Amino acid sequence: MPKVHDRGGWPTDEPIERGEHELADWERRVDSLHMVLGEKGVRSTDEMRRAIENLEPCVYESLSYYERWTAALEYLMIEKGILTAEEIDRKMADLASASH
Amino acid sequence: MAQSAKYRTGDRVRVRVGAPPHHFRTPSYIQGKTGQVVALCGVFPNPESLAHGGSGVPRQPLYRVEFFQTQVWGRYRGTQWDKILVDIYEYWLDPAEA
Repeated sequence: MPKVHDRGGWPTDEPIERGEHELADWERRVDSLHMVLGEKGVRSTDEMRRAIENLEPCVYESLSYYERWTAALEYLMIEKGILTAEEIDRKMADLASASH
Repeated sequence: MAQSAKYRTGDRVRVRVGAPPHHFRTPSYIQGKTGQVVALCGVFPNPESLAHGGSGVPRQPLYRVEFFQTQVWGRYRGTQWDKILVDIYEYWLDPAEA
């Protein structure tokens, strides 16, 4: 059984979305963060691909393009010991409370 | 190029079948299919190593291989001349009979 990304030839009745869409600010920031981490040699393109491909299939299907990038970056930062899940969760909670 | 390429343009090759636990870049739909080398794209750091924090050495030849669509998909509805091009690393290929 191929992994979730290896989907060439999978049957579907859904049309292919060929349109462009306007990027949200957070998507641009994820792209920038991704680029900076690459320039600093923290992560490689192939590591990102592995991290995205290793997402649980139900998670992979439910996330948008840059949400997958975000999940993959989080996975790699934790794997490399640069951040802990607790640090990320704490920061997210701080941001959530600051916005209220 | 440091590493000599095993195949030449026009060689018939068969794609290996496998699903190693690590990252790999040979789509499942093309595995086991026979095609023809149309170009050597270059010799690149091995992505199966890079994806796991490795150095990518030794670098690996990457080929552009063409396949007839009718031989890739069981119920292909296009013409019998339609082809699909896939870039495949050398260690995923075996020689095939002409």
